[in-house]
Amino acid sequence: MTEPRAAVADGAAGGGGGGGGAVIEVADVTRSYVLGEARKGEPRQVVHALRGVSFTVGAGEFVAIVGPSGSGKSTLLHLLGALDRPTTGTIRFSGRDVSRLDDAQLAELRNREIGFVFQQFQLLARTSSVANVGLPLVYRGVGPADRRDRARAALEAVGLGHRLDHRPSMLSGGEQQRVAVARALVTDPNVLLADEPTGNLDTVNGAEVMRLLRTLNEERGVALVVITHDLEVAALAPRRIHVRDGLIERETRS
Amino acid sequence: MNLREAFRVAATAIAANRLRAGLTVLGVVIGVMSVVLLVAVGNGAREEVTAGVEGLGSNLLLVVPGSLDFGAAPSRSRFTLDDVEELERAVRGDGDVAANVTSGEFVRSADGESFTSILGVTAGYNAVTSRPVERGEEFRQTDVVTGRRVAIVGAEAATGLFPGRDPIGRTVTIAGLRFRVVGVLERQGATLGVSRDTEVLVPITAAQRLFGTRRVDTIVVSAPSTDVLPTLSRRVEQVFAERFEPGTFSVLTQDQILGVLGDVLDTLTLVLAAIAGISLLVGGVGVSNIMLVSVQERTREIGLRKALGARTRDVTLQFLLEAVVLCGIGGVVGIALGIGLSAVATALSPLPAVVTGWSVALAFGVSVTVGVVFGVFPARRAGRLDPVTALRYE
Ligand SMILES: Nc1ncnc2c1ncn2[C@@H]1O[C@H](COP(=O)(O)OP(=O)(O)O)[C@@H](O)[C@H]1O
Ligand SMILES: [Mg+2]
Repeated sequence: MTEPRAAVADGAAGGGGGGGGAVIEVADVTRSYVLGEARKGEPRQVVHALRGVSFTVGAGEFVAIVGPSGSGKSTLLHLLGALDRPTTGTIRFSGRDVSRLDDAQLAELRNREIGFVFQQFQLLARTSSVANVGLPLVYRGVGPADRRDRARAALEAVGLGHRLDHRPSMLSGGEQQRVAVARALVTDPNVLLADEPTGNLDTVNGAEVMRLLRTLNEERGVALVVITHDLEVAALAPRRIHVRDGLIERETRS
Repeated sequence: MNLREAFRVAATAIAANRLRAGLTVLGVVIGVMSVVLLVAVGNGAREEVTAGVEGLGSNLLLVVPGSLDFGAAPSRSRFTLDDVEELERAVRGDGDVAANVTSGEFVRSADGESFTSILGVTAGYNAVTSRPVERGEEFRQTDVVTGRRVAIVGAEAATGLFPGRDPIGRTVTIAGLRFRVVGVLERQGATLGVSRDTEVLVPITAAQRLFGTRRVDTIVVSAPSTDVLPTLSRRVEQVFAERFEPGTFSVLTQDQILGVLGDVLDTLTLVLAAIAGISLLVGGVGVSNIMLVSVQERTREIGLRKALGARTRDVTLQFLLEAVVLCGIGGVVGIALGIGLSAVATALSPLPAVVTGWSVALAFGVSVTVGVVFGVFPARRAGRLDPVTALRYE
């Protein structure tokens, strides 16, 4: 394992539980988007969403990534989630360099090691809670009966044991996000990645979802990365990475 | 993800949006329905024609003017009763000969009038062509020799001309001349919606006088068994070859007639199936179209699935199977509708529609193939979607 070259914040030293090695190492990562030809003759426009960031997320750690809108948080989360590849720099999951993985291997990595929670919940419409929660297990080759059992257990863990066959349209926003959390943890991931998980919720439901995520972090030792522009939410994390204009501005710990 | 799981995912996605599924496969349903129905109609026609030709009698040879090649122009008969007599002499002991001449005439009785086919026939006609009289008697040789004005009426002609009364012994007027009814034919039923029960038979000599002709239209030779048909056929050929130019007459067995008509009807069925096939193709384009829209509409679902661990091929397989399962369901529905409509067509029209196993199997096979062919493009597009772009998609 090569040491990241740039400024590395050692996650394992942070609070919020779990020691052990790094789950995700980000080294000198940039991500630029080339926009379609603006006008004939003019050069293509390039958006530098990330301009060189390095940090490590340790096993069982709870990190908040904070920054104003457009600062590159979501871009970073997509890279952390192996949904995207960096333009330059390297990202390692448990030591494995993602740029060396093909489509199928990336899919497997996402399926086995990562759980996502999105701002928009991203539940399948007209699909029951158990089926939504069981969805990641489909891509792991788990049979339907087994899937249902594990999905039920996950839903019970988020306090939705009584909403198994409800569809998203029959659930409140807070409940929908809890279904999404259940879906993220049903695969027993190493890390939960949450992009503005409270962004579409009122204060009460937002706090409930955050409490749930923290409990999972503390009790199951799953690393938690929460992206937010809400400083109150960020304050829940023992370690906060502040992002601005595609760069890590500073890091704070409490 | 194994194939069974992929099928389940596809089926779940279809079940989750039944209306969209229905609209997607509407074209396929209609296409398959048309294939099944039109092939059934073509096939029904074929069965009717076969029954009709077989109903002419058994082990028959027909001598008709002209050549019966597909596409040949109909030609006017130059046969006369002399030819019939010559033929009778040549095949005596090995076959019975009958002949007829036909024309449409007005037939009138005290109670009714109709325009119908008048058949001038020889004495043995009823026996040779298996059209026995139900009541009364057949023509005798003397009736034909003297051109007696007697008539045998078909079952429907009997009830039409003499409602509620026994026609035997009564008089009909054909083209102004009076004939005495001596017999009523057994009911034959309709072939292709055409009834032969309205025909009126008279001695061929009387008919020729009535029509003002010496012509004979068709000569029929019946053999005692199938085995002797080939030799008999050659003998008949010889007799006519001595008297007529080649190409001006044809000697045909029922099988040959069925062969020629069968070819015509097969072509017809094929054309119908092809037309229906085109609508199936259009249905396939519709599937492709709506699947593309569906892929677009479900961009976020695709992004989500990829985030949760779906590989490119999992997503492609899901959408491909969705198209295939949809088209398969559309095929089954179309087949059911086609069978139902065939039953309705049979009940409401003189043409029976006979559903065949091969058309059902073919229609189902084609609709599933349509699903594969027209599902590939949208499915590949779905599979290739970038998960980040897909998740950001509004
Ligand atoms: N697919 C893309 N194409 C072009 N520009 C993009 C794309 N995705 C993000 N960006 C740009 O990158 C920058 C960072 O975006 P994002 O990571 O979504 O920020 P945040 O989540 O912090 O609001 C923004 O300027 C955004 O417009
Ligand atoms: Mg964002």
